[in-house]
Amino acid sequence: MDFWTDLLISILQTLISPTTAAFVIAAIGLNIHFGFTGLMNMGQAGFMLMGAYGFGVSVSYLGLGFWPALLVAILAAVVFAVILGIPTLKLRGDYLAIVTIAAAEILRMIFKMSLLSDVTGGPLGIHSKEYRGPFTELSFLPDGSTTILGITYQNNGGNDWWVRLVAWALVLVFILLTWLLVRSPWGRVLKGIREDEDAVRSLGKNTFSYKMQALILGGIMGAFGGIVMTLPSSMQPDMMGRPLTFNIWMIILLGGAATIFGPLLGTLLFFIVRIALTTVAGEFVPREVLSAAQTEQLAWVLVGVALMLLVIFRPQGILGNKKELSFNV
Amino acid sequence: MRRPLGVLLLLGVLITLFSGVFGISAAHAAECTPEGETSCVQGSLRTSAGDPASGVSLTLSGPVEDQTTSTDEEGKWAFTVTEMGTYTVTVDESTLPEGQFLKGVSSRDFEVDPGRVYSGLFPMTDDPEGESAEEPSDAAGEDEPGATPAPVEDGASADGGAAVNETPGSFSWPRFWQQFVSGIRLGLLVALASVGLSLIFGTTGLSNFAHGEMVSLGGLLAATFMTLTGNLLLAIVIAVAVMALFGWAQDKVLWKPLRKRRLSLMQLMIVSIGLSIAMQYLFQFFFGAGVVRIDTSTPSTVTFFGVSLTVQSVWIMAISLVAIILVGLALTYTRFGRATRAIADNPALALASGIDVDRVINVVWVVGAGLAGLSGVFLGLVFNGLTFFTGGQMLLLFFAAVTLGGLGTAFGAVVGSMLVGMMVELTNIWLPGDLKYATALLLLILVLLVRPQGIFGRKERIG
Repeated sequence: MDFWTDLLISILQTLISPTTAAFVIAAIGLNIHFGFTGLMNMGQAGFMLMGAYGFGVSVSYLGLGFWPALLVAILAAVVFAVILGIPTLKLRGDYLAIVTIAAAEILRMIFKMSLLSDVTGGPLGIHSKEYRGPFTELSFLPDGSTTILGITYQNNGGNDWWVRLVAWALVLVFILLTWLLVRSPWGRVLKGIREDEDAVRSLGKNTFSYKMQALILGGIMGAFGGIVMTLPSSMQPDMMGRPLTFNIWMIILLGGAATIFGPLLGTLLFFIVRIALTTVAGEFVPREVLSAAQTEQLAWVLVGVALMLLVIFRPQGILGNKKELSFNV
Repeated sequence: MRRPLGVLLLLGVLITLFSGVFGISAAHAAECTPEGETSCVQGSLRTSAGDPASGVSLTLSGPVEDQTTSTDEEGKWAFTVTEMGTYTVTVDESTLPEGQFLKGVSSRDFEVDPGRVYSGLFPMTDDPEGESAEEPSDAAGEDEPGATPAPVEDGASADGGAAVNETPGSFSWPRFWQQFVSGIRLGLLVALASVGLSLIFGTTGLSNFAHGEMVSLGGLLAATFMTLTGNLLLAIVIAVAVMALFGWAQDKVLWKPLRKRRLSLMQLMIVSIGLSIAMQYLFQFFFGAGVVRIDTSTPSTVTFFGVSLTVQSVWIMAISLVAIILVGLALTYTRFGRATRAIADNPALALASGIDVDRVINVVWVVGAGLAGLSGVFLGLVFNGLTFFTGGQMLLLFFAAVTLGGLGTAFGAVVGSMLVGMMVELTNIWLPGDLKYATALLLLILVLLVRPQGIFGRKERIG
């Protein structure tokens, strides 16, 4: 029985971990892009990288406080969105996909450059103790550690309760924000663009401007996701490469694009299924047949296959409505 | 003419392969050509009198297993390095010529980036105290074919010969031409893959994100067949044939049914992303995450006009060029080629005029996958090995090439590939090696800003 309690606890730990929350936040952002506006952003990891490094470098290299650093991170994401949006938002959808994925890769390469090691830490990245200080200082939790449901973490410092609290609070805020926004007139224009851009344009709306706003808003959420993901331990450019973007896409399509809770549900399922698979395989399949690394690799193969099957047979995901889904090109 | 000409076309590719003879002979002890991911750490040893010191043993230690070499009769030594990292070269002082001593330290560290030349100086003296005022005048690397003269900065030999690193920003014409030729080579290899990508895009509208994995698979298969057969040529032919078969099967099993289901292009694109993830991890599962070598023999080099290349590279370039020209001719002059272009132009009209669209697309997949496989084999040979992610890394270069030339035009893809290859290798002269691929991607974005339809594309495609 020990095995099952351990599994349950590790699932629980994954469910509340800041990484999970970061994925939800980034997926909410991508949902604004893809789900509500129909933009094929394949560079969400680039936005996350902008956020993470915008914050991390501001604190560790420039020595800024928490709020200015956060502002830098947000501005970095906005600038990235504007630079991406101007050339591509007027073009067909697959151009945006290729340009965003290329731009995100360029960013990753630049931040990985050994020339910039002093600023970005090069391929090794930055350890969280160099940029976490201002964030930890904001904590109102008492020192020490707390155990909830058999899971113990420190209250403040490192991989702690404080990050978890803030991360999931942000998830709530962004879900609420999305809910309010898509009900608003602004959100209706976005959906209109997704359904038929020409029709919206004929009503006198500046669709380019709306798409740009959506790109910026989702990008800022991506930036928050990046910060949350990197607060517990460290940031490296390679954490935020193409695989991350693809995982977030997987999450969106699993949970259901253009739904409020799709990103949350998708993320939770994505993590639970993966951890359950690898843990169960690790317990019941002998080491000689499958090593731990191989189990992990097979789990990823399943992710790829699942993504294919999902898009083919149920593109609207679990919560989605097929009518709301647009893969318009 | 009813026979699938595309298959014949692929056979043509294979036949050109047969006609190539890979002359691989045991190389000179002290030869190393920097190309692709391969870097060289080299130098030459002279006695205090200026004579070459032969038979001195040196050891290279670093992230991978240690290598030992000894200087040849001209006093030259070289190590070939394929992994980035910090390496240490140590001179075995007991093997120095009699009465000679090292003036400075006996070991030097090198921070090795891909595709560069590093020169190490180990000046000698006949004074056992090692404090001679005489300074050796050789800037190592100057007399190496293909190695760019490494500038000796701030009197490097004054403090006993510092490790001279060829820094970005050191422009010289020999280096320019060396990079230029590397650019052509990379361009040809990118073209092999992107012609297929472009044809598939043109006929089906699919932006195939799994194309990079087809490239990797070609290389990995060649490595497998190489260990099985021991014959490089045979291994390449089998690998390309298997890849062509894989392309055929992929279309029959996956893409054709999806076209019948009327999946939108974006859905197809995401399906290809899923396929690419699955394939990448399958490669890791079967081949491991490390570098897989296709050919482990030491390549021999030739020098044209001061540009040094391995003999293998020359063959690779020739075969790639022939393959690309064959595809071009087939597209232009055969019925099948015309049918392909007709489908790219207007599938409905092509269907209405009696073209068997599915069959043409199937052959396009066969040819595209075969070419991608060939590209993967060659990349593996040029880069001295490949990993499960080699194709994935190159994927965006393929997209850059295809978009640059104009989505869906095969000729444009070739021109775009050459531009991308040049861009990557030439900017490498000035920019640090880790930004190598970034410039090509930047070029892609700039082109989309100025001329979104690409060089040869038509406006209506951009929507």
